[in-house]
Amino acid sequence: MIFDLLLVAALLWSAVQALTTPDLFRAVVLFIIFGLLMALAWARLDAPDIALAEAAIGAGLTGALLLDAVAHLHKKRREQSP
Amino acid sequence: MRTLLNVTVLFLASAFGLALGWLILDLPVAAVRLPEQVTAQLEMSGVVHPVTAVLLNFRGYDTLLEIAVLLLALLGILALPRHVSDHQHRPSSANPVLQTLTRVLAPLMLLVAGYVLWAGAHRPGGAFQAGAVLAGAGVLLHLAGLLPAWATPGRTLRAGLAVGLLVFIAVAVALMAQGTLLQYPLSWAGALILMIEASLTLSLGLILAGLYLVLTDSGVQK
Repeated sequence: MIFDLLLVAALLWSAVQALTTPDLFRAVVLFIIFGLLMALAWARLDAPDIALAEAAIGAGLTGALLLDAVAHLHKKRREQSP
Repeated sequence: MRTLLNVTVLFLASAFGLALGWLILDLPVAAVRLPEQVTAQLEMSGVVHPVTAVLLNFRGYDTLLEIAVLLLALLGILALPRHVSDHQHRPSSANPVLQTLTRVLAPLMLLVAGYVLWAGAHRPGGAFQAGAVLAGAGVLLHLAGLLPAWATPGRTLRAGLAVGLLVFIAVAVALMAQGTLLQYPLSWAGALILMIEASLTLSLGLILAGLYLVLTDSGVQK
């Protein structure tokens, strides 16, 4: 019960932080953390199938794609303002 | 003025959220008990795990459309104008520790993908999860500098991307003779589902890895 409450609090905290932080890189890292916590929540809800998919696709692959996008944005910004 | 707007939006959003939550709690109990129906029909499906039975048998049509949508998404990305850069599409910062670790991990990830695929018949697992692990291995290999980006996919790669959808459609067409779409004969159901899942795993792994490997490095034209 305490674990579940902590999990919910951590989920909400990481979601709010990911949406409000001005630093894109930080936002992506928080999004990945949110995905992993979400996978934990699915596992607690007895849905291991969704937990596996969330951890692999939601946190892993989407996180990698978003990090790549952030890197591209930084490169572009550096080229525009030398 | 701006603060007022923010407060209004915040208030409306929380009111909407509360209303949604209240409505969900207020919904009547569903008239059709789906979990019980699935359990009752489980023996007809050819697999023991209810999630796989629903995904590949009872609602196989949905899964067929899902893989089609993913393939279309990748085709859309491939259709974007890209420029091929001259530096081999390899990240320059590949370090030997990362490369060695990746060489050890990649075969293990292949093994895990195979296990997850096989386990899907009787416990949590299945094609989507196995495909995601395969894709993860692909992305890791690329990040370690061992696998070049897929600027221009060759014939084998294109075949691998399409094989999941093609096998699924072939099975569906072959079973059309009985009159209903994707209703497997009882004695073959397990084998057919395993065959579809194996090809789905390969295609999903390549498509999901492709979403990363096609877009990355060589990059979309600016």
